[in-house]
Amino acid sequence: MTAEPELNQNQTGEVQGTEAGQGLEPGVRREPFELKDCHLLSIATGASAQTLREFREALLWIHQDSIYHHFWGRLLQPHFDEPEYNNDFAAWAFHGLDDRTLAERLAVIDPSDYDDIEELRQEVVEIVEARLDESELLAWARADAPFHFIRAQLVVLNTGLKLTEPAQLCRAVPEMSRGGIFYHFIDARNRTDNRDDDFTAWLFGFGTEYEDLIKELVSVDPYFSSLKELQRKLASIFETYFRGVTS
Amino acid sequence: MSDLLDLYAQVVGQSTVDQLRQVAAPLKGLKVIHVNSTREGGGVAEILTKLVPLKQSLGIDASWEVIRGNKSFFQITKNFHNGLQGRQVFLTDRLLEAYQTTNERNAERLRAKLEAADVVVIHDPQPAALLNLCPNRKGKWIWRCHIDASRPYRPVWRYLRQWVAGYDASIFSLPEFARRLPHPLYLIPPSIDPLSEKNMDLPAKEVHAVFGSFGLDPARPIILQVSRFDRFKDPLGVIESYKLAKKFSPLQLVLAGGGASDDPEGQVVFNEVQNAAGDDPDIHVLLLPSNAHRTINALQRAADIVFQKSIKEGFGLTVTEAMWKGRPVIGGDTGGIRLQVIDHYTGFRVRSPEGAALRTRYLLHYREKLEEMGRRARRFVLENFLLTRHLREYLALMISLLREAEARIEV
Repeated sequence: MTAEPELNQNQTGEVQGTEAGQGLEPGVRREPFELKDCHLLSIATGASAQTLREFREALLWIHQDSIYHHFWGRLLQPHFDEPEYNNDFAAWAFHGLDDRTLAERLAVIDPSDYDDIEELRQEVVEIVEARLDESELLAWARADAPFHFIRAQLVVLNTGLKLTEPAQLCRAVPEMSRGGIFYHFIDARNRTDNRDDDFTAWLFGFGTEYEDLIKELVSVDPYFSSLKELQRKLASIFETYFRGVTS
Repeated sequence: MSDLLDLYAQVVGQSTVDQLRQVAAPLKGLKVIHVNSTREGGGVAEILTKLVPLKQSLGIDASWEVIRGNKSFFQITKNFHNGLQGRQVFLTDRLLEAYQTTNERNAERLRAKLEAADVVVIHDPQPAALLNLCPNRKGKWIWRCHIDASRPYRPVWRYLRQWVAGYDASIFSLPEFARRLPHPLYLIPPSIDPLSEKNMDLPAKEVHAVFGSFGLDPARPIILQVSRFDRFKDPLGVIESYKLAKKFSPLQLVLAGGGASDDPEGQVVFNEVQNAAGDDPDIHVLLLPSNAHRTINALQRAADIVFQKSIKEGFGLTVTEAMWKGRPVIGGDTGGIRLQVIDHYTGFRVRSPEGAALRTRYLLHYREKLEEMGRRARRFVLENFLLTRHLREYLALMISLLREAEARIEV
């Protein structure tokens, strides 16, 4: 257990820990953690589908950013904390096409299981094609409920805050915006070599010191809950680890 | 100016305001001009009244210009509005000429300022032709369409398209409202202002006063629908739902709407509503003036359940307003209502008067569910549909346009 150092922001935005330097193995790289925030802009692609066959056609060529948006970007869109379905495709299969079977099959896809967006796209196409093969009737959505493909654009902002001590995560994580959680815990998986979240990647830089904490972080499912829920979970993990208290 | 931000911080929280400051930081000093056709009245003016001062308080050199026009100009732009919403309208050469010459006259007056701006946001079709009339523009031009243009009357869209195609970007409220254009089509849902007369907290005494003003019984539940007397809002379906639900539970219905001076069909629908209401003393059909914001606010707070039983709806800001006041909404399964009314969580989406009646009975029977849904509805609006979110998206969009990046912009 490590005591949490105070968060102090110096003139350069760096947050200084009062225990800086402690517990560091010789030669281990140690860079400050730059806290970022992000905003998601939604852009209409102009593509839409009224039937399951049209949906499949559009899935084949739609831009990767759109697949990303409908699985991940939606977390930053207005949505309720307890969604019935975890991706927009499944939600449309249920609400638009009234096809509960397809909705369930699409809902079970966990996008973090796939190495890249192309693989993920292929999985969605497979499921839709299988459903088309087994359906005697072509599923239509109500005239006012087509699926609209949207793509995402991320605007990433530097908050100017830097953490130097992992224990500072205790204070920093609960104060982060939804965009910050999205950027560091979800979007990071598309940026880092090992598809880690940013917290894990940073803690690896301290050598073996935070192995147990890393194990805890890796066990968190990034996909299943809302960003707010995810934030609570992460805050609780850091709190428990550094303060030895379950919040 | 930061006093204004402080006022919002009291409602949305300091962290939300801090985030706004962060997004606005790279835009400090930027010259941003909004242009629309009226300073008062209507949703756009209402938004700009707050949005522009908020941008100023964040260090952006924001201003607001209003174009001037004559009767013919406003007649044709009214036709554009109706046409974009799918109504068949006439576009005579005389009126189209009035549109172009009015824009030319306004361009003469505003050209230097608009051409020097970093970002120009043109609201709706009225000033849309200004872009082509400012050939030496240095900044980015955005066309903000507040209208549901999902199924426009084709001749209107064909005419307007020539004026809006040249913009750097457009903004639509929902993906279904967007028209195909040769530039990025950003999607930004509208918002409500929590500090406006329509949505601000009211003293309990003022809320209670509506019972006396309109002959309502405070002891019996009230269902309310606030909307124009328009077939798409299905006021007759609301009355039918009320009659079905009243068989099981004491109930009062309030249908509150504005006058219909520019809508001949409005009077017809209003008469039909009065006929359907008959002599039931518990149905209150209220024709309120367009500035009765506080009265509407009080009625929404006095109601137990709010209806928006539309058959076709744009975004449905009356839904947002009711939810902000902690009321569950029973809404038609259409348009922006789908984005706001989360079935079984913030209210119910229905497709028939019978469905609305059933959900009304349910909520009146399980009062704790009604209260819980109301609390969730308010939180949902707080997190997603307030002016501060709207502003943040505008700011992020400006960063995106100025950086001209594809999928990701690092600031």
